[in-house]
Amino acid sequence: MNAPYFKFGYFGDEISLIVAFVIGIGFGFFLERAGFGSGRKLAAQFYLTDMTVFKVMFTAIVTAMVGLFWLSVFGIVDLSLVYVSQTYLVPQIVGGLILGVGFVIGGYCPGTSCVAAATGKYDGMIYLGGIVVGIFIFGEMFPLLENFYTSTAMGSVTLPELFGMSYGLLVFLVVLMALGGFAGAEWVEKKFSKGTSQ
Amino acid sequence: MTTLAKAASPEDIAAQPVVKADRKVQPYWNPYLAGVGLGLVLLAAFVIMGRGLGASGAFTSLVSVGVNAVAPEHAKFNAFFSEYLGDGTHHPLKEWLVFEVIGVLVGGFISGSLAHRIKGTVEKSPRISIRGRMMFAFVGGILMGFGAKLARGCTSGQALTGGALLGVGSWAFMLAVFAGGYAVAYFFRRQWT
Repeated sequence: MNAPYFKFGYFGDEISLIVAFVIGIGFGFFLERAGFGSGRKLAAQFYLTDMTVFKVMFTAIVTAMVGLFWLSVFGIVDLSLVYVSQTYLVPQIVGGLILGVGFVIGGYCPGTSCVAAATGKYDGMIYLGGIVVGIFIFGEMFPLLENFYTSTAMGSVTLPELFGMSYGLLVFLVVLMALGGFAGAEWVEKKFSKGTSQ
Repeated sequence: MTTLAKAASPEDIAAQPVVKADRKVQPYWNPYLAGVGLGLVLLAAFVIMGRGLGASGAFTSLVSVGVNAVAPEHAKFNAFFSEYLGDGTHHPLKEWLVFEVIGVLVGGFISGSLAHRIKGTVEKSPRISIRGRMMFAFVGGILMGFGAKLARGCTSGQALTGGALLGVGSWAFMLAVFAGGYAVAYFFRRQWT
């Protein structure tokens, strides 16, 4: 067991920034390949005419989740060293709702707006400006929000722990759910894109 | 992959006559194929770094540095900004996510160039004016920035990364994003459909 490599000291902070840059290139590349530089394609998810957002997101989640699971089973990755962010249930749900509304109004999320801006979309560039302002407002309001922000803390709890299931079983269930979701997405797309696309 | 290799060939590009300015825009990849690619990038981040991807965190570093430049005392006494400014042992922009997001810009540009998709344009339905769309984009960005901070991450850091790691908060967040989007989509349909 010698991964995650950074945590085992194979390289230091300076090199990790180069790794960040290279991983970012891969991230941006596949986002653009999927069509996520286009606000219209992203927003179409919410009008059921194009379910690409759902398909790409869940394929990526399943790929990384299953890959990490097997790498840990074979003893290559020490899962306890992979950072799982802390759960603060209610602020995360409220934040998610606000973010979902922002997604429909703005057409992007932070990562995809970078790709949009990099491929010449003026609305993507304006959107990035909006993100900066939104974060500034949050920061300025932080003293008022702090109590809510740190409420309903549950630590870095995972779904297998919450449901008292084994890691492997939960991974399997998520894969099944995703496959069902893909079948549903294909059906929905066929049903709702009729007449809107030539 | 074949189309990618073809477009990447330098002789190919050099051989193109200059007058052929409007090169054919290539179609997007199959979503499942792009998803596997994205998933492998995320997996690489887990295996190499022991952490996932992100985006909004990089902008928080940027905002914190900006606030600090204008009003250092103010930034110091704000628990949110001061956390991102760090303890002074390294420059606050020398952050993993900042470098990752610079990579995202470069990666998006590379992919867009290879597929001839770089174009100065505004993404919108013909039913809304450019001015109206730009206003919505700005307001949407503000909501996104605020929401992402409240949720401790955005679609990259929470939904994608936390989703793959089976974090409880991340899954609750992901469901909330879709719920919020679908709840209001009808009211903004002129912008997109």
